[in-house]
Amino acid sequence: MKLADTLAGLTRVPGVRGALIVSRDDGLVVADTLMEDINGAAVAALAASLAGRMRGVTAALGQPEPVMMYLAGSGGTLLAAPSANGLLVVAVAAPEVNTGELRLLLLDAAARAA
Amino acid sequence: MDDIQALTGQLARDPSSLVFLPLAEALRRRGQLDSALTVAEQGTARYPEMAGAYDLLARIRSDRGEGDLAFDAWTTVLRLDPDHVGAHKGLSFLCFRAGDHARSLRYLEHAVELAPEDAALRTTLGRVRELTGAKQIPGFTAPAPDPLRALEADPGYALLVDREGRVLAGSVFHTSGADVADAVAAALAGVSKEAERAARLLGLGPWRRISLEGGPAHLELRAPTTDSVLLVTRSREVPAGRLSLMAERAASSARRWLEELV
Repeated sequence: MKLADTLAGLTRVPGVRGALIVSRDDGLVVADTLMEDINGAAVAALAASLAGRMRGVTAALGQPEPVMMYLAGSGGTLLAAPSANGLLVVAVAAPEVNTGELRLLLLDAAARAA
Repeated sequence: MDDIQALTGQLARDPSSLVFLPLAEALRRRGQLDSALTVAEQGTARYPEMAGAYDLLARIRSDRGEGDLAFDAWTTVLRLDPDHVGAHKGLSFLCFRAGDHARSLRYLEHAVELAPEDAALRTTLGRVRELTGAKQIPGFTAPAPDPLRALEADPGYALLVDREGRVLAGSVFHTSGADVADAVAAALAGVSKEAERAARLLGLGPWRRISLEGGPAHLELRAPTTDSVLLVTRSREVPAGRLSLMAERAASSARRWLEELV
């Protein structure tokens, strides 16, 4: 399955405003499907940076890297799932999204992106 | 035409309109608190950085007798606008209602400092001082409670740190059993600021939590105040929703403890 197809599957979930595949090391966009009001480069850089910080926290606890990170605000949620090949699959969602469904799709997308 | 009907019509025609503010307020005044809450919550979801929307939400929560939720909403107001007089007044009222007169006075005094021209506010302050018999005793400091008492049955699962990565309370352990509070605190330095920036730039509003899933334990981060970060962790067997509730309770407790120190 192509990366674009993987992202299209994520953005079909009601409430998803965009999805990206990001390079974890440099925070650059590899592929994206975004609504017009979302700055893909900013999302990629911020998600990669925050995921890197969270890796530092789990490493200090002697734990492996998280399989899923959520940054939740009152106006929506950023979800990020690392894949095995240095990529990060990211979605930006509105508050009303079905987080459980999106989580499963994101984990699947991360496995496919590897 | 009935005001509420007219305002409801306006909001239906333009859901992005700020008319949700007078509509929710009118519903609140009429005692239709469920409807007022629905309108206010939709407003805060649409305008997550509008302090006034959270102030309205807090007043509705307070009227519904939901003190903890009102407290959280007014605390959010102060994160967005530290000089919001209404939030200081509201927090003062909640503290007074809960019997915490010392803290009630502090919020009220701050409100009067922000709005010295408000005669009604000064009168209220005088009455509260009389009712509580408040007198300043130089050098006296009440003992502070353990900020993480909500979790004290299970030590080693919660850590409160300041923005510079220094431990304020709690402890966490490495998978090997070693105490790694200092190392984790250092890794958390600046996280709140970064999360705030990311949430703002992505239009997510004020950040509420960061959750990490995977490994032998799940983690949740909260920001009890703008200058602190709370980490709560539990084994992966604990459902995510339950961990979130634990973190919420611990964050409320930590917030109150930190405010006592100010």
